Amino acid sequence: MTDRAESAVAFIDVHKWYGRVHVLRGISLSVASGERLVICGPSGSGKSTMIRCINRLEHHEKGRIIVEGMELSDDPRALAAIRREVGMVFQSFNLFPHLSVLDNCTLAPIRVRGLSRGEAEDRAMEYLKRVRIPEQARKFPPQLSGGQQQRVAIARALCMQPKIMLFDEPTSALDPEMVREVLDVMIELAESGMTMLCVTHEMGFARRVADRLLFMDRGEIVESGSPQEMFDNPRTERLRGFLNQILHHG
Amino acid sequence: MRVLRDGRGDMARRFVSPLITLFLSLLLALGAWRFFSWALWHAVWTLPPGSNTDLCRAALGHGACWAVIGEKFRFILFGFYPYAQQWRAALVILCFITLFALSLSQRFWRPSLALIWGSGLVVIAILMWGGVFGLAFVPEDQWGGLPITLLLATLGLAFAFPLAILVALARRAEGLPVIRWLAIAYVELIRGVPLISLLFMASVMLPLFLPNGWNIDKLLRAQLAFVLFAGAYLAEVVRAGLAALPRGQYEGAAALGLSYWQATRLIILPQALRHVIPMLVNTFIGFFKDTSLVLIIGIFDLMTTGRTATMEPAWQGFANEVYLLLAAIYFGFCFTMARISRRLEQRLSAPHHSIEEPA
Repeated sequence: MTDRAESAVAFIDVHKWYGRVHVLRGISLSVASGERLVICGPSGSGKSTMIRCINRLEHHEKGRIIVEGMELSDDPRALAAIRREVGMVFQSFNLFPHLSVLDNCTLAPIRVRGLSRGEAEDRAMEYLKRVRIPEQARKFPPQLSGGQQQRVAIARALCMQPKIMLFDEPTSALDPEMVREVLDVMIELAESGMTMLCVTHEMGFARRVADRLLFMDRGEIVESGSPQEMFDNPRTERLRGFLNQILHHG
Repeated sequence: MRVLRDGRGDMARRFVSPLITLFLSLLLALGAWRFFSWALWHAVWTLPPGSNTDLCRAALGHGACWAVIGEKFRFILFGFYPYAQQWRAALVILCFITLFALSLSQRFWRPSLALIWGSGLVVIAILMWGGVFGLAFVPEDQWGGLPITLLLATLGLAFAFPLAILVALARRAEGLPVIRWLAIAYVELIRGVPLISLLFMASVMLPLFLPNGWNIDKLLRAQLAFVLFAGAYLAEVVRAGLAALPRGQYEGAAALGLSYWQATRLIILPQALRHVIPMLVNTFIGFFKDTSLVLIIGIFDLMTTGRTATMEPAWQGFANEVYLLLAAIYFGFCFTMARISRRLEQRLSAPHHSIEEPA
């Protein structure tokens, strides 16, 4: 119990089905505050679904998920409270194209956190500086490159000052030359002590910042441990095969 | 062979196409000539005071009788609104035109525009009904002409549009099956019925279902029918806009902690509606002209007063002139809507088409 109370995110025997397909098969996991977790696995392994359950973009059908001491349920108040504390960065950025970069960043702090416009703008500029694009604040997302858009998306999530950040394949939709700039921002964030859960195939990133690496396949957590030990001696055949594949093709 | 074929192709290009062009131009010129000869040179512009319409009758067939318009324009524009009070109806028309004109100007595109419209409608109501500020009371059954058309169309759209948004959202509410099915039933029922029968039901059947002693005015019933009708069509347009938005927009808003209504108002609708502006305005324009169908339940809108004006025995046979006037008035308003639509599109899509180099 004490372990669960301290953890930022806890999954207890979580299951999910899409129709008949069993996509999460009894996930149990505890992520400590400040821990940096990288989740990898082949496509369709349920890794995105799992982290999308944390802010209930997907509903789990069985088991319990506890985020910052609050259990996810159909109670909209608990959900709102959890979403305030959990920031998310998507593969497809999901910036709001009709709002300027600055408005993208100030919208939720004003509407959800109740900040004044001035406070929200100051905070937004501070985070835009941290992701190194303060000069783009007045532009609109479609005017930016993919890497810039993803950095705005990170700043937008950070403006809510969440306790936990979720990254759902943040570099998968980017041109190769833009991956670096996004990863640099993520590394910096990881080094600041933020609780992070990242679904990514960037193993260099995992090696550098992850406290723990999770390998998922077919809806299960197959293996977990420090990136070093998992890369050096994978215990299961499935992880060995997966590593072979992404190290040769990634 | 090749030379010959090329030569023939050349022949076609050199002689046949210019011939077709010439022929069509001549046809067009002839049509224009005959129209202007009828509408301008042989037209009877005015009749001497006190005379009958013989002068017009003599020109019938080869000259327009614009005198009918001079004679009847007040009836066409204002219907049976008391003659001495018609300046009020004229002011109402002016109010509407001012409101449309303000909406056309980008300088007024801000939340206060709703306030301007709100107070404009209050002024219009005071002018039409009177009964206050020393204005004589004029009951709705004496209203007629252009103010009726503008009222039905403007109020119809003003109420139908929010209704349409709610219905469109309801149709997509997967978690609320009852609401969803109600929305679907509403849209399909209204769409599947001709507007005329809807108007007829509103004017004849609705009173039968109301408790004894209740009486909703005929104009209000027609207005209700229009709101329901336009609401169903607009709802489908709005739904198309909602469906065109990527899922990620909903997820991005949800992940930031925005509530359903916040996300809908701030993220979803602004984008969804922008996508469907041309279709929305198309529906608006169609609906504006559809108001002329109130003729079948005996409301004297612009179209009805125009028809009625030419039914007087002395003026029979001069409907063309009146219909041309009506067409010009309808065109004026519809074209204005089209212009507003263009401007909205241009302004709202500006950031997307910017070709600034990403730095």
